[in-house]
Amino acid sequence: MAEHEEHTTHSQGFYLGIGIILLVLTITTAAVAFVNLGPFNPVVALLIATIKATLVVLFFMHVKGASEKLTGAVVVSGFFFLAILISLSLADYLTRSWR
Amino acid sequence: MEHEAHNPALLHHFADAQQQKNAASLGMWLFLVTEIMFFGGMFCAYLIYRLAHFNAFAAGSQQLNVWMGGINTAVLIVSSVTVVLAVKAAEAGKRKMLVGYLVVTVLLGLTFLVIKGFEYSEKFEKHHVPGATFNFTDKFDDNGKQIPVNPKEAELFFSLYFAMTGMHALHMVIGCGLFSVLAVLAWKGHYTPGYFTPIENGGLYWHLVDIIWIYLFPLLYLISRHS
Repeated sequence: MAEHEEHTTHSQGFYLGIGIILLVLTITTAAVAFVNLGPFNPVVALLIATIKATLVVLFFMHVKGASEKLTGAVVVSGFFFLAILISLSLADYLTRSWR
Repeated sequence: MEHEAHNPALLHHFADAQQQKNAASLGMWLFLVTEIMFFGGMFCAYLIYRLAHFNAFAAGSQQLNVWMGGINTAVLIVSSVTVVLAVKAAEAGKRKMLVGYLVVTVLLGLTFLVIKGFEYSEKFEKHHVPGATFNFTDKFDDNGKQIPVNPKEAELFFSLYFAMTGMHALHMVIGCGLFSVLAVLAWKGHYTPGYFTPIENGGLYWHLVDIIWIYLFPLLYLISRHS
């Protein structure tokens, strides 16, 4: 680490490959939306979206292999607080049926 | 103090260029976390109202144009690739390649906005824009059977649709402006392999706006096709 200037970027082919995976996943999610999976349509759509977002965060935003380890903690904490926002709000609204 | 041997872009309160880069990247991520929470509030509102007014939200969602939304998703993904290639070009010190990728990114961003504009104009034509002229007569059609939809609840769907995609589009407008400035500065030679932090942080912003669309597309356009 100390010897030479760190290169965080990957090869051009690597980025193009990730881009193609993202495009294939986009076509997949759009196609699957027209297949009736019952309650699993939203699950599959959000799963694919999360895979895509994870690829972007790790490889395009260079969180994987970042020299500053604190960046990873900040990213995870961001999504953790988002999870708190959504889960606690839904825990409230989904349990109001007795009213 | 040997100022000749010293990287002119390195500020004095940092030990070395790597530490300065790390600090800038960390600060940018802290800003992005506030953006995640900002959009997260709207995503949360959308989820709660979708659960409360499920039929109307499904009927509203089915009126959205999946083709335009899908093509826009592809446009943004390609723009994210050009952004990351711009960062790579900056790291390698290839000035013209960097400017080229930044310009292509801006053009792709403008393409996204133009397609979004066509989508919005379709909403105006169909009177799906919330307000005095809002009209939702499209009945929820599942295997030929028609279920009545409360237009007030459908209006709520389209309000959230415009709030979320509109706020996203505003971020795209800001991104296009930002990248235009970066392209001009890159052309003037402001960025070197030793200092291209604005390109990296601008790229982080662009990727986050891409990620928000990656979630908006399935949530608004896709998950209610069979409900």
